Amino acid sequence: MTAHEGVGWSRDEMAERAAMDIPDGAYVNLGIGIPELVATHVPEGREFIYHTENGLLGMGPSPEPGGGEPELINAGKKRVTAVPGAAYFHHADSFAMIRGGHLDLCVLGALQVSHDGDLANWSTGGPDAIPAVGGAMDLVAGVKTVFVITQHTTKDGTPKLVEACTYPLTSPGVVDRIFTNLAVIDVTDEGFQLVQLAPGASYEMVASKTDAPIKPMSENPAREGTTP
Amino acid sequence: MIDKRIGTPAEAVADIPDGATVMIGGFGEAGSPIELIHALIDRGARDLTVVNNNTGSGEVGLAALIKERRVARMICSYPRTANSTVFPELYRNDEIELELVPQGTLAERIRAGGAGIPAFYTPTSVGTPLSEGKEHRRFDGREYVLEHGLTADFSLIKAKVSDRHGNLIFNKTARNFAPVMAMAGRTTVVQADAVVDAGDLDPECIVTPGIFVQRVVEVTEPLQESELVAQGVSYP
Repeated sequence: MTAHEGVGWSRDEMAERAAMDIPDGAYVNLGIGIPELVATHVPEGREFIYHTENGLLGMGPSPEPGGGEPELINAGKKRVTAVPGAAYFHHADSFAMIRGGHLDLCVLGALQVSHDGDLANWSTGGPDAIPAVGGAMDLVAGVKTVFVITQHTTKDGTPKLVEACTYPLTSPGVVDRIFTNLAVIDVTDEGFQLVQLAPGASYEMVASKTDAPIKPMSENPAREGTTP
Repeated sequence: MIDKRIGTPAEAVADIPDGATVMIGGFGEAGSPIELIHALIDRGARDLTVVNNNTGSGEVGLAALIKERRVARMICSYPRTANSTVFPELYRNDEIELELVPQGTLAERIRAGGAGIPAFYTPTSVGTPLSEGKEHRRFDGREYVLEHGLTADFSLIKAKVSDRHGNLIFNKTARNFAPVMAMAGRTTVVQADAVVDAGDLDPECIVTPGIFVQRVVEVTEPLQESELVAQGVSYP
């Protein structure tokens, strides 16, 4: 955000802010990218169990650089560790956990989110794009609460929070809460609702960078550190 | 006496014909039966339909099979991975067909195929381009899409240990699709790091029962895809 030096949250701070809203004891699936950083910001006194869809409950931190093993990896195919009490399982069981509503929460990245909670995060639909969906559609179809972490706009300033997604949907109406570099925003039956502003951000700034109506906080007091 | 052991990867895949549907285990390199894939390349079968979560990386294993133009059609969830260049190039040139399937739907289609279930309804992909043209139905007020079970002529998978009956245990996240692909393959071929006698595995700990396995070949020190890619190896 070159136009607003010093304004807003960094990638790490966005992840830290999202982690504050995950309840103790939750079974959580973290998407690839900024969502992966959530695991490094577990609030004091809470324990989350991380699920990775390629067959591990109880995913631990990355091994030391150069360490780990090639057959213990996460959904992004990076080497990880397993915590004491972890369990391995096959893919159909893994997605039974996801689709069957057994996971409490997932944190995903986004290309676009609409004010109806539609999520687009798997394809730009471009003629030269290689479509790749992975487990995103299964996650949003089955996991109880869906968090999105994303920059508020693209690098060229185009809003990612919109009235209607122009990219192919991952699913309609699934996103519960959005953590951007500028704000925490809920998706409600009446559309976007500002929950919290990042340091230095204003309602007017957030509204001007959002391509859909957004209700200011005065209509719904901030609920920092709570879950929707 | 039941003995599913076969001497070499080449013998284990010697009857895979042109036009076969082949499921190949693995999620990225974890669980990829690389020696069996290389034997399939040597075997020369063409016009294959391959089911795998990805499309391989570098120019070894599955990527090499694709590079050698043996694969007419890929069924997968994520054909875009680091070091995956072979598939994207063929796909952009319309030289390979892609059926893109959400990962959980792919796993369940394979499980269903292996379990004798011809089709099932799932909420995954409803309201997206991937459910277009498919039968939809409402249950308890929610919309679902009909997906068909998948079976294969051959499944090629990797296990940590097999006994001579084909009872299998796996290594960590290398398990991934292998157990369901073993169920869905009419002929399931396993490469195992170790093959032991019947009774050497604890029956309580067996992940895939041997009834789902037809052939077992021991590969004691399997190649690792990421190492080969790092060394710039190209197969054959």
